[in-house]
Amino acid sequence: MTQVLINAPKTARKGEVIELKALILHVMETGFRPGTNGRIIPRNIIERFTASWNGAEILRMDLSPAIAANPFVSFFAVATESGKITFRWTGDEGFVVEESVAIDVA
Amino acid sequence: MALALLPAVFAASFAMAQAGADRAGADKRRSGYQDMGVALQKMQDDDTANPGMLFVQLGQQLWAKPAGANNKACADCHSLADMKGVAARYPAMSKDGDKPIDLEGRIRLCRTVNQQAEPLATESRELLSLAAFVANQSRGLPITPPADPRLAPFREQGAAIYERRQGQLNLSCAICHDDNAGKKLAGVTIPEAHPTGYPLYRLEWQALGSLKRRLRNCLIGIRAEAYPYDAVEYVALEIYLMDRARGMVFESPGVRP
Amino acid sequence: MPGTEEGTTTRRTFIAGAALVSVLPLAPARATPEAMAAAIKEVVGDNAIREGRVTLDLPPLIENGNAVPLTVSVDSPMSEADHIKAIHVFNEKNPQPHVFDARLGPRNGKAVVATRIKLGDSQKIVAIAETSKGEFFSASADVIVTLAACLEDLT
Ligand code: HEC
Ligand code: HEC
Repeated sequence: MTQVLINAPKTARKGEVIELKALILHVMETGFRPGTNGRIIPRNIIERFTASWNGAEILRMDLSPAIAANPFVSFFAVATESGKITFRWTGDEGFVVEESVAIDVA
Repeated sequence: MALALLPAVFAASFAMAQAGADRAGADKRRSGYQDMGVALQKMQDDDTANPGMLFVQLGQQLWAKPAGANNKACADCHSLADMKGVAARYPAMSKDGDKPIDLEGRIRLCRTVNQQAEPLATESRELLSLAAFVANQSRGLPITPPADPRLAPFREQGAAIYERRQGQLNLSCAICHDDNAGKKLAGVTIPEAHPTGYPLYRLEWQALGSLKRRLRNCLIGIRAEAYPYDAVEYVALEIYLMDRARGMVFESPGVRP
Repeated sequence: MPGTEEGTTTRRTFIAGAALVSVLPLAPARATPEAMAAAIKEVVGDNAIREGRVTLDLPPLIENGNAVPLTVSVDSPMSEADHIKAIHVFNEKNPQPHVFDARLGPRNGKAVVATRIKLGDSQKIVAIAETSKGEFFSASADVIVTLAACLEDLT
């Protein structure tokens, strides 16, 4: 079960700049730490986070092992039209999570 | 590094130690929340920034999921409203048992006895998430330990452990958390050790953890041998700490450094 | 309270304890100021980097380096003609110099990105913003990281 928490307003005025926040459960294992057996724990991170508004990308972030476990990102967007904001996380070991929220723009 | 700060550590002692007994005036007790910087307080306060809420959400899903031979979900036997205030008054005596149990212990019992399901391992994500979901129902409520006389001997046992010097460093919990609370230890503010936020997200763990795990960290910190996970000593300490924090606001899931 | 003699002993053991908790796990690889400079060069090429317009917010005291809130804000109209295309964040001493690269544009309305980063040690953090006109602005911050007391058993 993947856990994601998204904070986005449900409604916005056209042209309003809104804040979007996203939090996801992920270890963000750096690939630099030795485990209890002394061997390096393989890297397992989210490499990319994107947000799109009705399919058009509005933010793309390349992440590194320096991003904290359970990555949190907040950013802004201009409310242009009603529809759906989609958040997508991809990373090591085939990690892909997508989550959308609906927004009404008047 | 922080050695320069240390001579100050034992310079004075606070009357805070008496906070539990002497509460005539304004309540001077401080939750660990108040000892954190603004950035971490904000992290705790904002439900979409508090990583503990990821586990609360998972707990909510598990709450509704049938399990075990009885194929019953927690939600089949309990209404959510019944869970309000529960975490703020645990540990409590188990109904037929002779031992007190903490919230995690209570949930594990329900899991094996009432759901007839595989036991949930201590500190497992499932158990912590369920506990966090239940505990979240008490957020904002005052800590109210029950007036059950059967708890008294355990509370006394907990108080004795709290006061006793132990470990290679020969320190008691009280030396740090009563006499030197608010001072810096290696750059970290020593909190008053109130169990207001558990289960909580500790940045050091990069995960949710129980009060028991926190207590183990302190025992290991003073180079004492940590009790096994199922030891009654932890529950005794928890009873004592909850009593010492009586009336303080319950804030799970907390965030701590 | 303990008497004087006992108090003295306590203080000594206390200091010993503090010294023990200050032992850091060693990272097998280390970024260096040089590695950071090289990573920055890769992004900006031969362009000049100017101070200003970028604000890098980190808490003044970092209570735990495992999750340090960081916000980069860039002063920009974020219009089609004049906006911030990218924000890059680098660090000096984590095992590698890159922290994140964010691509943004006029759809963002505000050039502000926040996240949480890991910092194994006190060091310098650099944020660089790239404008749609191909200019680079930067800000940096020196951070002090305290180490958690009463660490976990490693078993
Ligand atoms: C050497 C001083 C020291 C001793 C002795 C010590 N602790 Fe702690 N304790 C700390 C510090 C420092 C923290 C905060 C840790 C951090 O932020 O990294 C802490 C945190 C805690 C917390 C968490 C409080 C919160 O806000 O969540 C509890 C509970 C606690 N200790 C209980 C105990 C108990 C019980 C004992 C005795 C078995 C004990 N401690 C012994 C220094 C100590
Ligand atoms: C088949 C019914 C049943 C199921 C399923 C069940 N419980 Fe319970 N639970 C009970 C009963 C009965 C009690 C009261 C027992 C007692 O007083 O000793 C109880 C008590 C509790 C309490 C303590 C309440 C209080 O007021 O002290 C908690 C917390 C709790 N259950 C959580 C859970 C969770 C979490 C689950 C799912 C993992 C669960 N229960 C599943 C029947 C159930």
